[in-house]
Amino acid sequence: MMLFGRKIPIVFSLAIWFGLWEIVGRSGFSSMIPPFSSVIETGIVVTQTDKFSAAAAISLRTFATGMVLAIAVGLPLGFLMARVAFAGRLLGMWVNIFVSAPISALVPLLMAVVGIGETTVVATVFLFAVFVIVLDTQVGVQHADRSLVEMARSFGARRSQIYAKVLILSALPEILAGLRLGAIRGVKGVVIGQLLVSIIGIGELFELYSKHFLMEEFWALVMIVFLFAFAISETLAALERKVEYYASSR
Amino acid sequence: MQNDIAVEVKNISKIYDSKVEALRDVSLAFPRGRLCTLLGPSGCGKTTLLKIIAGLIPANGGEVWVNGRKVDGPGPERAFVFQDFALLPWASVLRNVAFGLELRGMPPEERNEIARKHIAEVGLTGFEASYPNQLSGGMRQRVGLARALAVNADIILMDEPFSAIDEQTRRKFQEELLDLLKHHRKTVIFVTHSIEEAAYLSDQITLLSPRPGRVAKTIEPAIDHSRGPDAIRRDKHYLDTVDEIWQMLKQYVE
Repeated sequence: MMLFGRKIPIVFSLAIWFGLWEIVGRSGFSSMIPPFSSVIETGIVVTQTDKFSAAAAISLRTFATGMVLAIAVGLPLGFLMARVAFAGRLLGMWVNIFVSAPISALVPLLMAVVGIGETTVVATVFLFAVFVIVLDTQVGVQHADRSLVEMARSFGARRSQIYAKVLILSALPEILAGLRLGAIRGVKGVVIGQLLVSIIGIGELFELYSKHFLMEEFWALVMIVFLFAFAISETLAALERKVEYYASSR
Repeated sequence: MQNDIAVEVKNISKIYDSKVEALRDVSLAFPRGRLCTLLGPSGCGKTTLLKIIAGLIPANGGEVWVNGRKVDGPGPERAFVFQDFALLPWASVLRNVAFGLELRGMPPEERNEIARKHIAEVGLTGFEASYPNQLSGGMRQRVGLARALAVNADIILMDEPFSAIDEQTRRKFQEELLDLLKHHRKTVIFVTHSIEEAAYLSDQITLLSPRPGRVAKTIEPAIDHSRGPDAIRRDKHYLDTVDEIWQMLKQYVE
């Protein structure tokens, strides 16, 4: 970030915003916006309660289950659609519709089908994450260097070797991008799922805090969820950059 | 006599997407231990023919015979050198050179030892741990060549291997290739669109006519390759060959 012609570390941008928030909060502008410092204080207290750890455990578990399922289905499906022209044509349109569709609208329907509970939330996470994983995997495998595949074949590679030693590694940058976008959507899925469908986990806390106008707790929870999504995204992005380096000469 | 033919193609034809006729009734023999060139303007199907010999793409008609056996796929007796090098960008030079052996399931120590030998042979000692994007085009193709030598195939198929390399490096590379082939008794089938390259390197030159590709003429230039690069480039036979090919190819150039 540049300010008055000087380079300023990006943390300062955050500091300015938090300062503004503090001022607005203290001015008593709205009871919805408590001062930043009291949000942090409350956040520290809240995270140490049993209620929070129980909610976080449920949320993390459903998120992880949904993501594992999305990856387990998304990767093979992406490979299939890229390698088998028929599958690509058959499923391509649907995946493209669902990747841009507002999945949230389907969540109440899910509730009717799977019932109210963790399963619904897992299904929501799955639906939020799976399509972008499929799509990015497909693109990655399709754009994998044809001549690398040809090279492997000319040296007598079996089909399984072409996948394991060429295609997966060649598509890795796109696959990782898909996983990152999938994980970000998965976080949305877990919150929306828990808010809309079954009042459990973090969703239950959100509901509780907003109903009782516990704004410090509410904002603290928002920040925790944001940080969680940001941390996952950055970890995968760092991995992506590492892989891009080796793939840069494609 | 049959034994002296390494590769033979019989009545090969190839039609892409049932529209574009790339090759029509091509029959050719490539004698063992010789460097044979497929030469022609772009669109004459020379790369297609090479890839059919390699077993990488199927022909619509005709047969490929290698070492007296009919083949319909890639085999360990043939190794391919690619125009765009086709190196694994995530693998070191050592792993790239050993890749053919890795696919055959050879244990790491054994294959790395063989790979090191061929890396030295193409003049890349010291670069074993480098990655392809750290190498120049010429060095990348040396890796491609070392990889083809490492699998110890007796037939090497080279698809315009020097076309992505600058002129000076290319000349040096051509000289080294001739030098290298003196020590290995390999049969080389070489695709190029450069007349000088074909005349300089080849024992046998096949001219292909474009659309559809057919054998226009086969020349066996009487050039003594043992006389060194400068002598060859001044050789009367070399200059005559270049001229003869040009007279022939001129008609295909708009």
